[in-house]
Parts: sequence; C-alpha cells; structure tokens
Amino acid sequence: MKYAFFPGCVSRGGCPELYPAAKLICQRLDIELQEMPGASCTGAGVLQEKNEFLGDALNARTFAMAETLGIQIMTICSTCQGVMSQANRRMKNYPDYLAKINVELAEEGLEYKGTADPKHLLWIIIEDYGLDKLEALITRPLAGIRLAPFYGCYLVRPTEALDFADNPERLTSLERLIETLGATVVDFSGKTRCCGFPILTINEKNSMAMVGKHTAEAKDLGADAMITPCPLCHLNLDAFQPRASAQAQRSIDLPIIHMPQAIGLAMGISPKDMGLQRHIVSTKPLITKLGVPAG
Amino acid sequence: MDVTFKIKRYDPEVENPESYWQDYTVTLDDSATILDGLIKIREEVDGTLSLRCSCRSSICGSCAMRINGHAGLACKTQIHLATDDNNVITIEPAGVMPVIKDLVVDFDIFWSKIMAVDPYLKPEGPEPEAEYIASNEAMLHLSEVTACIMCGSCVSECTVMEVDPTFLGPAALAKAYRFTADPRDGDDKGLSRDRLEALNGASGMWDCTRCGECVQACPKGVAPMDRIMALREQAINAGFDNTFGARHAEAFADSVEHSGQLDELRLVPNTVGMTNLPVLLNMAPEALRALTHGKLPPIIHKKIENADRVKKLFRRVEDPDRK
Repeated sequence: MKYAFFPGCVSRGGCPELYPAAKLICQRLDIELQEMPGASCTGAGVLQEKNEFLGDALNARTFAMAETLGIQIMTICSTCQGVMSQANRRMKNYPDYLAKINVELAEEGLEYKGTADPKHLLWIIIEDYGLDKLEALITRPLAGIRLAPFYGCYLVRPTEALDFADNPERLTSLERLIETLGATVVDFSGKTRCCGFPILTINEKNSMAMVGKHTAEAKDLGADAMITPCPLCHLNLDAFQPRASAQAQRSIDLPIIHMPQAIGLAMGISPKDMGLQRHIVSTKPLITKLGVPAG
Repeated sequence: MDVTFKIKRYDPEVENPESYWQDYTVTLDDSATILDGLIKIREEVDGTLSLRCSCRSSICGSCAMRINGHAGLACKTQIHLATDDNNVITIEPAGVMPVIKDLVVDFDIFWSKIMAVDPYLKPEGPEPEAEYIASNEAMLHLSEVTACIMCGSCVSECTVMEVDPTFLGPAALAKAYRFTADPRDGDDKGLSRDRLEALNGASGMWDCTRCGECVQACPKGVAPMDRIMALREQAINAGFDNTFGARHAEAFADSVEHSGQLDELRLVPNTVGMTNLPVLLNMAPEALRALTHGKLPPIIHKKIENADRVKKLFRRVEDPDRK
C-alpha cells in the first residue's frame, strides 16, 4: 500500500509530535508514504473566507501532483481532509468550475483530471487496510483505558462532501478504532462538536467555553483521555485546556491523544517514541494506568 | 413495523419540573414519517404529548426537533431511515432554544436575531420611476438561501449559540446575506455597506466557528455557514478589514502566499498586531508552555518546494485587472 502523504502544516508546527508518530506507525503497518514537498497548505477554510476559488485552486494543484504520482492522498488532519473533500466535491460536481481552475494550473504545467480521492489515515485503516489486520499487530491492547472520541468538525460534516452515503462506516470510525485497540469507548455528546479553535483569536471566551464543555463532559464520564484525528482540535483541547479550565473554574486535566499515538501505544511502541512527553496536559497518569515505562 | 419512540419530555406545570425520557411503541407503515409516528402517539396513546406541526410536507418549518441527536424536520424524515437495529428512534426538542413543554421550544431568541438584521430590502438613493429591476442572473444564486423556512434546525445545532446566546447565529446571518447579495439592496452598485459594517461587529459574522452543523442540519439546502463565509468575503472586499477575523484571514493567506504553508508562530501577532501587547501577553502562558514542551512552531519558517509557483498562482487569481 502506498499513499501520497499530506501531513498538513500543524503536524510539523504546533503539534510536532504528530508527524513522526504518524510516520512511525505507517512504517509498522507497512504503509508506504511518498512525500509531496511541493504541496501547499489546503487553506484550512480560512483562506477560503477570503477567496474560495483560490483555495480550491491550491487543492487542485496538490491533487494534480498526486495524480502524476499515480497514488491517492493520505491526510492525518480532520481539517485538511474536510477542506480537500469539499474542494474536490465542487470540482467534481461542476466541470466548468474545474476547467476554470485548470486554466490557472496550466500556467505551471499541471492539470487536475478529477481522479483524486484524499483519505484520512483513520479511513484508510478501516477501508483500505482493515481493522482485522491492525488487530493482528496489537501487542499491548489498551485494556481498561477509557477513551473519549473527538472527531473534529471537518471529518464529520458536511456528510455529502465526505461521501458518508457510500461509506457509512465513517460515521463511527473512531469508536471502531478505539475498540480494536482494546480500549473502552466513552460516548459523550461533544464527540462531533466543535473544539473552538477557529475562533481562538477572534472570540477567546467562546472558544474556551467549547474546550471546557467537551473536556469536562468526557472527564466526568470517566475518560482517561480523549483521542482525536485532528491536530487543530488537539491544539485547542490540550494546549489551551489550562486556560479553559480556569475559565470554567474547575479542574479538568484530561490528556488529549493524537489518533496515531494511541495506535502506536497499542502496537507496543514506547510513549516517548510517540511523543507523549510533549503534551501540555500531562499524559503520565495515562501511561501509568497502561502500566508501561514512559521511555 | 413496530417502532419505539424514545422521547425526551418536560412538563413545566409539575412541582420541580425536570426533563425525563418516555418510550412509546407504535405500529407504522414502512413509508411513515417520524411526524406520522408522533401524531399517532398523541392521538391514540398519550394526548399529553406536545409538539408543533402543520403542513406535513417540509414547507411550514414547524416540526424541527432533534432526531437521534441531530436537528431535522420530523415530517421530512422517514422512520426506516432513522431507526436503529432495535427499531428505536430518539426524539428530543431542538437545542439552544429553551423548552416550553415536551418538543415545543421558545422561538423568541430565533426571531429576535432575525429581526436584528433588518430582514427587508433597504435600497439607498433615489427611487426608480417604476419598480426596482433585478436581472434573473443576479437573483438566481439567491434561490437556495431564500428557500429558508425558518424552522430553527440550524440554530438548534449552532455550536457558538450553545455557549453564547449573543451570537447572531446561522439563520439570521444567512438571512442578512440574502439582502447583502441582492442587487437592489444598498447603494446603486448593490453594495450594502451599512449592513456589512453592522454584521462585522461583535457577535456577528466573525464569531462563526465554521463547524458546519448548520449546513448539515438545514433541511432546505440553505447552507448558512457558506453564506457566512460569503459575508466575510463581502466585508473584506468592502474595506472592513480591521477586525481580528479579517486580519486572521489576511495573515493566513499572506503566509500561504509567501511560503506555501502556514507560519503558525507569526499568525497570532500578525492577526492582533505586533505592538498589541495586552493581547500578546495574554497568550504568553501558552507560548511559554509550548516552548518548554518542545512544541513551539519553528522560528525560521520553511517554504515548500517551488513556493514561488504558489505565489504566482495567488498573483494571477487575485489580480484585480482580471475581474
């Protein structure tokens, strides 16, 4: 299995523990990754506020690069995935629109033919790789660990752009992964809600209210940690949890784990190699409960 | 088929009212809607169950409620698409708006937001001799947003209104766009400056967190969030570019234009202003913690390979002479 790897900006920026963790588990899963050093940011929905056509053209450019490589794109970020899926839907639904974008790409000798199908690592594991195959590689099941799933808006909405009709398993993908890893799912009302990250610099109070609400709910339901396939959610839920906790005037202390880190732990990789020491909310209680040495 | 409706109920007239769950099992045709089921329960099983409904054909917008946790119209949802493996459907009142009784919620907050955006045409300048003329092309793109039936599904699911009732919210902002994008509204070029200025303020267009709940919930394809994004583009183009929201979009675009990727370290200072010390100091604890945990974004921001090609793409697409 081989994919064109689109790690996104945050997995090498604000969440630098994610990129190596994702690469390491892909290596263990025997998923070959080809980097695309010329691929740009998706625009994250922010550039699209200013100019949607420009954002779509940037993504078409990345899709064209993957077409040239003859492989599909793998993302490790809910936001990258959602923005790419939405752009792809517009271009596939409206050939005239795609033609207009291709006029721009032609200037650098690229053309997007409309065959890209970018997929998040979470979907790849379930749809292309197989949970049974993953289960066979699990040497340290996360037994007794209670994990609250937190998807990230862009990986669950709008369902039309994300092809949920043809892939209904995407709706519960994170829960199924948690179960496969041997952990217990903590179902809670916030799992598909917004982490508040997009408005952090615009309306901090609202953003922090969202972080506080979701982390506190999961904590109160007995979660040992929250697991997310989105590094932007991770930034808000982990790095800004102390601030949210102060605003909510209560302690929370809920570790937030990147999806690949949880997979790595269950495959016997050390917490250190998964970068768990780089989290803001301490992951030590989780590691202790797992009963493994931190190193 | 036998279907069990698990309904969240609330009676304000008992002592110490609290919501509670009640199950009803009824036999329905496979083609029945959720509303058919609820009416059957009310007519034949329990006359105390309260709900709003009228047209039964997704035109009146009365029967919005949470079906299996997400807002939608009871009359537009068939039971066979909503039942789980045990033929159970969970029904709750809409969110955000306070519950009056059972599935009936108080729409005051919904209507106050709609009224706050002046939901009527406000043309400026001298009146034409006859009617205001708008071309077919200028109006066609508004057909989706004018399809709104004011059911409140989007407001029910809005993640911002859930934590901040002052936010104008998806229904009112989509309604506002219906006028800012109407060529008859505003000045002789159809620019609705006053509206955009008002919507640019606190609790307005920039408070939307882009979660997409409203797009998913809307039963009529209004896609409120997409209208809010279009409002932001209109506001920036009209020169209202000095909010944190507009500057965030500007700083983000600038970073991608010049390096092909996001410079996270400089995004906040570029948004709030390099000399805005109170705001920058406010974020200092997080920056310090990131530093001590080895996760401060790189000081030297790297460019992607052939970043100049991205820059050229920006220049071509944003070239004002081409518009």
